[in-house]
Amino acid sequence: MISLNPKRVTLFAGHYGSGKTNIAVNYALALKDLGKNVVVADLDIVNPYFRTKDSAKELNEKGIEIISPEFANTNVDLPALPASVYGVVQNRLRHAVLDIGGDDRGAYALGRYAPYIMEENDFEMIFVANFLRPLTRTPEEAFEVMKEIEQAGHIPFTAIVNNSNLGKDTEPEDVEKTDILAKRLSELSGLPLLFTSAEENVAKQLTLNNVLPMKLQKKYFDII
Amino acid sequence: MAEKVLMKGNEAIAEAAIRAGCRHYFGYPITPQTELAAYMAKRMPKIGGVFLQAESEVSAINMVYGVAGTGLRVMTSSSSPGVSLKQEGISYIAGADLPALIVNVQRGGPGLGGIQPSQSDYFQATKGGGHGDYHLIVLAPASVQEMADLTATAFDLADKYRMPTMILADGTMGQMMEPVVLPEPYEAKSEKPWAVTGTKCEREHNIINSLYLVPEELEKVNFARFEKYKTIEENEVMYEEYMMDDAEYCIVAFGIAARVSKNAINAARAKGIKVGLIRPITLWPFPKDVINKAADKVKAFISVELSMGQMIEDVKLAQECKKPVYLCNRAGGMIPEPEEIIAKLEELEGGND
Repeated sequence: MISLNPKRVTLFAGHYGSGKTNIAVNYALALKDLGKNVVVADLDIVNPYFRTKDSAKELNEKGIEIISPEFANTNVDLPALPASVYGVVQNRLRHAVLDIGGDDRGAYALGRYAPYIMEENDFEMIFVANFLRPLTRTPEEAFEVMKEIEQAGHIPFTAIVNNSNLGKDTEPEDVEKTDILAKRLSELSGLPLLFTSAEENVAKQLTLNNVLPMKLQKKYFDII
Repeated sequence: MAEKVLMKGNEAIAEAAIRAGCRHYFGYPITPQTELAAYMAKRMPKIGGVFLQAESEVSAINMVYGVAGTGLRVMTSSSSPGVSLKQEGISYIAGADLPALIVNVQRGGPGLGGIQPSQSDYFQATKGGGHGDYHLIVLAPASVQEMADLTATAFDLADKYRMPTMILADGTMGQMMEPVVLPEPYEAKSEKPWAVTGTKCEREHNIINSLYLVPEELEKVNFARFEKYKTIEENEVMYEEYMMDDAEYCIVAFGIAARVSKNAINAARAKGIKVGLIRPITLWPFPKDVINKAADKVKAFISVELSMGQMIEDVKLAQECKKPVYLCNRAGGMIPEPEEIIAKLEELEGGND
C-alpha cells in the first residue's frame, strides 16, 4: 500500500483522535523497510499526550530519527516546536513523515513550514479519517474538517486514508462498513483513497484492498 | 441498540451533556479537560446553544450561577487549579440551592502541579470545597461510557435535589479513548417553580440569593439543607462490587485506580489471593454501609489512590476502624501499576502467616 517511489514528505492530518500518530509511526517504519532514510517530526502543539515520542525507542532502534517538541511527555504543556523541524523540510536528502496536530487548530503550526514544502512540491498530504468518531460520522462532516485543516495549514490534501476504528473493540466489519464512506469522501474531495489502516490482527481479517497493518503504540498496560 | 462511537472521555461528557438538554456551557481552557470545551465550542453554535469562553474560571462559574437561577441546565468544566478558582462561585450556587454541573478532570497538584492524571482533589470535592456548610453530589466515572452515562445522572440529581453536582474524573479518564454507546437525547421534565423566569405579573418574584441578614434564618436554612443531604445519603449511594463474595481483602478505589485494581485483582486471584473491590461511584454520598458490612468478612482494606491518601480517611470512618486500612498510592501524576497493588497484597498475606 506504500508506493515504491514515495514522495519525499508525507504529512498526516485529520480530526482529533483519528489515529494520525499511530499511522505516522507505522508509515515511517514501512518507509524504512523500503530502505529509505527516514525522519519523523511531531508537529502536534495542541495535545500534550499520545505522541510519536511514545514510540521513540522502537523508531530509534530502527534508525529512524524523531523530532518532537522539547517538552513532549513532560508536565510542561508548552506549545513550541524545535528549530530542527526546519531541517526536516529543508534537507531534501531524507524522507520525512510529519505528524500534524488535530483539526484546524492543530494544523496552524504547519503554516510556517508550508512555503518550503510547497516550493519543493514533492509531498503527499494525507487526510486521516475515522468515521467512527462522533464529529466525523459522515463523509460530508469529514470533508468539512478537511477544508478547515487546509485553510489553517496552507497545504492542500492530496490523498485520504481510512483509519476507522473503535479502539481495542474494533471488529473487521466495523472497518469494512466504513469503506463506502471513505469512497464517498474520495468522490467529494476528488482525492484518491490511498489505503485503509487497521491494527494488525484486525487488518489480517479485512477483505479490502490496500491495507496497512499497524502495530499500535502503547503508553499504558491494557486495562479491563 | 444505538451504534458505538470512539470517543475521548472529555468528548463523551460534552456530548452526553448536550443530549441531557444542556445548552449553556461556560468555561476556560485547561489541560487535561480542554477537549470538553473544544467540543462544546464546535457543537453548541450548531444547535442553538451557548458556548462561552469566559475571561477566567471565576467568571465562568458566576455565569453558571446566573443561568442556574433561570432553571436551565448549565455546566462548566475545568481541571484542578481551575476548579480551585471556582470554589467561591460553587459555594454561592450551593448556598442559593441551585442545580448545576461542575466537571473536574483532575491533574497533579498542589499549585500548578502538572498535567498528568491525579485524584488529589478528593477532599476538595467531597468535603465541600468552598466556604460554608455544604456538599456536592460527587460522581466518579471509571470508563468513557460512564463519563457519558454519569453526566446525565449528574444533571438529573442536580435538578432532583436542587443542588450542584460534580463529575470528579482524572486526566486518564478525560484523555482515554474507548467505544461508547451514547445515551439517547431526552427532555428533562422537572418542575422549577423557584426559577427566575419573569413573573408576567402572575406571581410573586422569585429571588436567587445566598445572603441571610438574620442568623436564625440562616441556621434554619442550613439545618433544612442537611436534612436534604440525609435523604441523599439514604437514597443515592452508587457503587460497584467486584469479586467480593469470598474476598479476604477489599480494595477500595474509584476512577482509573479502580480499573488498575481490577487488573491487579485478576492477577492476584491467579496467585490464590482472595481479593475483591468496592468501587464507589458516588464519592459523596460515600458508600459507607457496604464498606462497613465488608469489614465483618475481610481481613483488611487497601485504599488505592492517585493521591497521598485522601479517600482512605472515609474508608476508615465508614467501618469505624474495625479493620486496618492500608494505602497503595502514587502521586504527582503517576498511576499505580497492578504489580504495586499485588506487592501490597503479598505483603499482607505474608504478615498473616
